[in-house]
Amino acid sequence: MTTVSSAEHSRRDFLYIATGAVGAVGAAAVLVPLIAQMNPDASTIAAGAPVDVDLAPIADGQIIKVFWRSKPIFIFHRTKKEIEEAQNVNVASLPDPEPDSERVKKGHEQWLVLIGICTHLGCIPLAHQGEFGGWFCPCHGSQYDTAGRIRKGPAPKNLFLPPYAFISDTKIRIGEDSAAKPA
Amino acid sequence: MSGHSTYQPTHPALQWLEKRLPIGGLIHSSFIAYPTPRNLNYWWTFGGILSFMLGVQIITGIILAMHYTPHVDLAFKSVEAIMRDVNFGWLLRYLHANGAAMFFLAVYIHMFRGMYYGSYKEPREVLWILGVIIYLLMMATGFMGYVLVWGQMSFWAATVITNLFSAIPVVGDTIVTWLWGGYAVGNPTLNRFYSLHYLLPFAIAGVVVLHVWALHVAGQNNPAGIEPKSDKDTVPFTPYATVKDAFLIVCFCLVYAWFVFYIPNYLGHPDNYIPANPAVTPAEIVPEWYYLPFYAILRSIPNKLLGVIALFSSIGILAFLPWLDTSKVRSARYRPLYRQFFWLFVIAAVGLGWLGSKPPEGIYVVLARVFTAYYFGFFLIVLPLLGIFEKTKPLPNSISESVLGAKT
Repeated sequence: MTTVSSAEHSRRDFLYIATGAVGAVGAAAVLVPLIAQMNPDASTIAAGAPVDVDLAPIADGQIIKVFWRSKPIFIFHRTKKEIEEAQNVNVASLPDPEPDSERVKKGHEQWLVLIGICTHLGCIPLAHQGEFGGWFCPCHGSQYDTAGRIRKGPAPKNLFLPPYAFISDTKIRIGEDSAAKPA
Repeated sequence: MSGHSTYQPTHPALQWLEKRLPIGGLIHSSFIAYPTPRNLNYWWTFGGILSFMLGVQIITGIILAMHYTPHVDLAFKSVEAIMRDVNFGWLLRYLHANGAAMFFLAVYIHMFRGMYYGSYKEPREVLWILGVIIYLLMMATGFMGYVLVWGQMSFWAATVITNLFSAIPVVGDTIVTWLWGGYAVGNPTLNRFYSLHYLLPFAIAGVVVLHVWALHVAGQNNPAGIEPKSDKDTVPFTPYATVKDAFLIVCFCLVYAWFVFYIPNYLGHPDNYIPANPAVTPAEIVPEWYYLPFYAILRSIPNKLLGVIALFSSIGILAFLPWLDTSKVRSARYRPLYRQFFWLFVIAAVGLGWLGSKPPEGIYVVLARVFTAYYFGFFLIVLPLLGIFEKTKPLPNSISESVLGAKT
C-alpha cells in the first residue's frame, strides 16, 4: 500500500467512524420493529378496555368473578359482620399492614373489588374458605381475610386492587380510576 | 482451506477457545484471509446478497409465525390481523413478501453470472449442482409460503401445482391425494405446507453451507475465467470483498426498500386479497413473477404429461450444464459467439416470463413455443456444438495482467 500523509489518515479515519456510526444507528433502527412486534397488538389492547359491572344482582355476602384484561376480578358484597371484622383488626399485626378503609371506596364500604390472583405465585384463591372469612389459596395455603389481606401463608402482599370507579350506586367500571365520563 | 492456518489470536481467551474449537481460525481463513481474485466485478457480490436475504427471510418469517394461524378458517384473517393490529406487522409482512421477490431477483442474477463466466465448469460442477438444489428448495419454499395466505390465488395455485403430479401415469392420482391429505386442497394441505415452509429455509441454509464449502475448495471463479497463478492475482477477502459486498447489499436494500415502502403490492396479484373460495376459480391464475418463465414453458406444450415433463426438465437441465457445455474456455469475455447466444437466452428467459403473464392465446402461444424451443435448444444443441466449433479469443496470461496490464 502506498503511504499516505497524516492529513489523509485522519480523513480516512473520519470516514470509517462516520460510516460505522450511521451503520450502528441503522442497525438499531432495524431492531425496533423486530422487538416491538411482540408487544400487545391493537386488538389485544382494544379487548383490554374497561368493563362495566352491574352490582344490583349480587346478594349480601355473595362473591362473583368477572374478567378484566384476562385477569379474574373478585367482587365481594360484604355483610355488616364481614365489614366489622375487617375494620376491627389490629393493622400493625398484619403481614402486609393496610387498613380496610384504604381497600374500599368511601361510602361504598360493602363493596370489595380485588384482582383474584394470589400474590404468592399466581393461583386463583377459593372464596369463603380459610380461617379469616375470606379466601384460601389451595396451591400453597395462603389465607386472606374479608378485606382480601394476607393473614397466614407464604403470600407476601394483600390481594391487589384493580383501578375501578362507581359510575352509579349500583354500577362500577373496572379499568378506570375515576368516573370522569358517564357510561 | 488446507495447510496451517495463518490465524494467530493474541488474546489469551481466544487462544484457549481456538485450541478447543477452532472456529476463530475457520472464520479467519474463510472470510478474512481467504484469497479472492483481484478482478472480481460487482456481479460477484450477489452471493453475499443472497446470504443476507436468506437471513432476512428467516428472521421476518419466524416473527410472522408468531402471529399467523395455519387453519383454513383463520389463516386469511390472521394475515390481515398482522397487517392491521400487530405492531409493525404491516412492515414485517411486506418485508417478507417483497423479500421473497428480491431473493429470486438476486438468485437469477447470480445464476446468469454463473452461466456467463462459466462458473459451473470444472472443478466447480458440484458447486453449481448444489446451487441448483438450493434453487429448487427456494421454489418449493416460495410456493408454499404463498399458499399460506389462503387467498384466491393461494388456493388455486396450490390446486394447479399439486394437480401437476396427476400427470404421472398409474400413480399420479394416488400421489396427489397423498399430497393433499384429502379429496382436494384443504386444511390438511395448509397445515403441512406451513410445517414444510418453516423447515425448508433451514434446509436451504444447510445446502448453502455446503455450497460455500465447495466454493472455498475450488476458489472463486473470476471474470477472466483463468485460475489465480500467484499471490499477485489475489487479495484478502477482508476488507476488499467484505466491503464490496456490504456496499452492494446497501444498494440492493435501496431497491428492496423502494418496493416495501412505496409499491408493496406491485409484484403481487390483487386476487390474493380475496379469501380463498373453493367453488370459484379466478378468471386468470398466474403465479408470482419468478415462476412465470416455467409457467410459460408448461403451457406451450399442448399435451398434459409432456408439458409437465417440459416444466420439470427446464429446471432439471440446469444440473447438466457443466457437461453440456463442451468449451474449454470459461469466461464469455473470450467467447464472442457464445456471448451472443447467451444474450439471446436471457431474452428468451425474460420473454418467457412476460409471456407467462399473458393469457394463452394467439401470438402469445406462438412466441412462447419459439422461446421454449430456443431455451431447450440452447442447452441441448448450442452449448455442446459451440465447444467444438467456436473460435475463442486468446486468454490473458494471468489475472493480474488482465487487470493491471502486462509488466514484466
